[in-house]
Amino acid sequence: MKTKTHPLLIAFAALVFAFLIGPLIIIIGASLSDSSFLTFPPRGLTLHWYENVFAISAFPRTMWTSFQLAVGGTALSMCIGIPAAYAMARYRIQLPRFLGNIYVLPILIPEIVLGFSLMKSMAIGMDMPIMASLMIGHALIVLPYCVRVVGASLNSFDFSIEEAAISLGCPRWKAFFTVVLPNVRAGIIAGFILAFITSINDVSVSIFLTGPGVSTLPIQILAHMEQFFDPTIASVSVLLMFVTVAVMAVVERTLGLTFLTK
Amino acid sequence: MTVSLSLEQITAHYGATKVLEDLSLHVGEGELVSLLGSSGCGKTTTLRLVAGFLEPTSGAIKLGERDLTRLPAHARDIGLVFQTYALFPHLTVRDNVAFGLKQRKVATAERNRRADDMIERVGLGHLADRYPANLSGGQRQRVALARALVIEPPLLMFDEPLSNLDAKLRVDMRVEIRRLQQANGTTALYVTHDQEEAFSISDRVAIMNAGQIMQLDTPEVLYSRPANAFVADFVGFENMIPMRAIGEAGDAVRAEMAGGATLDFPKSQFTVPSQDFVLATRPEGLAVSTTDWGIPATLGLRTYLGRAYQYQCTTPAGEVKANGPLSAPYDEGLHVNLIPLPEQCCLLPAASA
Repeated sequence: MKTKTHPLLIAFAALVFAFLIGPLIIIIGASLSDSSFLTFPPRGLTLHWYENVFAISAFPRTMWTSFQLAVGGTALSMCIGIPAAYAMARYRIQLPRFLGNIYVLPILIPEIVLGFSLMKSMAIGMDMPIMASLMIGHALIVLPYCVRVVGASLNSFDFSIEEAAISLGCPRWKAFFTVVLPNVRAGIIAGFILAFITSINDVSVSIFLTGPGVSTLPIQILAHMEQFFDPTIASVSVLLMFVTVAVMAVVERTLGLTFLTK
Repeated sequence: MTVSLSLEQITAHYGATKVLEDLSLHVGEGELVSLLGSSGCGKTTTLRLVAGFLEPTSGAIKLGERDLTRLPAHARDIGLVFQTYALFPHLTVRDNVAFGLKQRKVATAERNRRADDMIERVGLGHLADRYPANLSGGQRQRVALARALVIEPPLLMFDEPLSNLDAKLRVDMRVEIRRLQQANGTTALYVTHDQEEAFSISDRVAIMNAGQIMQLDTPEVLYSRPANAFVADFVGFENMIPMRAIGEAGDAVRAEMAGGATLDFPKSQFTVPSQDFVLATRPEGLAVSTTDWGIPATLGLRTYLGRAYQYQCTTPAGEVKANGPLSAPYDEGLHVNLIPLPEQCCLLPAASA
């Protein structure tokens, strides 16, 4: 039997894809344009704006900061998130239900509110160094991803496997590292990647916590755009895009993307 | 090294709920004892207490001379086989089996040699490099068994190890478990809800209910001489007729059943345990007869069992099932007497019902 697809449906689907992919194509085009302002279609082709990204020292500097924050913040978040997810999966019956929801609060609260309150409490209230408060802020906004994704893995983990290890003479803490962690590895990697991408792209929390001398890449992009409306922005955006795609490609190769949607 | 396991007056709680009450159990050296009962009877709790995954509120657990009661689970040296097999998915069969040896710091070469020997013994030599995901249920359980045995534990414990397998495999596996357990002379505690499994594999069986052991004895005794109404019902004594001793009649005890009928129990064949008691029996323990001694009954539906006819009977005390000889099929509606056969009937104290 041949199913007939309605032409309107095809048109609609095409439109959705155009809407999703179109801006990305435009931005690639704009980044290659040989004009001093953002334009599409590109006039002439040049890689000048890519050079420019690295010529303006603020870009590599903030890139490095963003990278540090993404790795450090996510790592910090995992240190809280993995034990939390473990406890909630292992002692599901004994623990109150709302506990799981608390860890999702950072996505539920408007980020702008979160950013402001973090600035008020940490940067101003406690007079914390900028980098430290940024690190904590990023750890907080990525925590829901860590807890949820690792938690999903742990929920399908048969804890009698852990008990088997213990009964064979493996102390509890060691059983966690030798038996539990290796079997939820996929969840941890997935959580790490989601958290990493969230952190790299964050604006609303970072904008409150950045300060003199310390900024992140998205904030730098905004700052640059306020002064110069040139294709450098497009170039840096394309670079950011390719990093994300590269990360996703690695995930797809090693683990398959489907588990992200689980 | 063969040692015995002792549970002494164990009481255990889940939060505020008492799940075990004053439970004592002794498993002799090299003996296999099953804990048998329906879910929630406390059998798995008992096993988890011995394994060290739960702590008793009071009481002591001893393995030989060692007091296990407050010892952490990993230091107890007990081989455990789980219902879900609980193999390590990220390790090969060989590494699964060698895991316990690795914890015991056995050198790699020695470790692999002993693991391979054990894998060979459970008949999986050709699968040592496979991962658990690529094994069938029966193969997985063999790996789990090998993994528990290779550490040569003084005590083996099984938590419903066969309930995820199909019927044919279940019978094969229980023979295998029994064979390996006896070959090593390992003391074993076996938890199951399957009566046939428990009876076929065990030296002794503890029938549990509501956190207590109702009776602990050999399968033969449990099957033919249950000590109380719960166990009688559990092992298939379908007829339970409440009775009350009302006096003596020569060398017999006269008892009255509900509905007013009386029956004389000759003292030479029956021992009446208390004034109120229960006559418990399987259908084959009540013989349909036209003689004048027995429980008066009216025959109902007759069914053919191959070895006998079975009748649904109406007695003054209620409905019972009784068997009659193949030589003489009786018709529905006939008034007969049901003769309790002494070797197949138990008189049980009513209070324990």
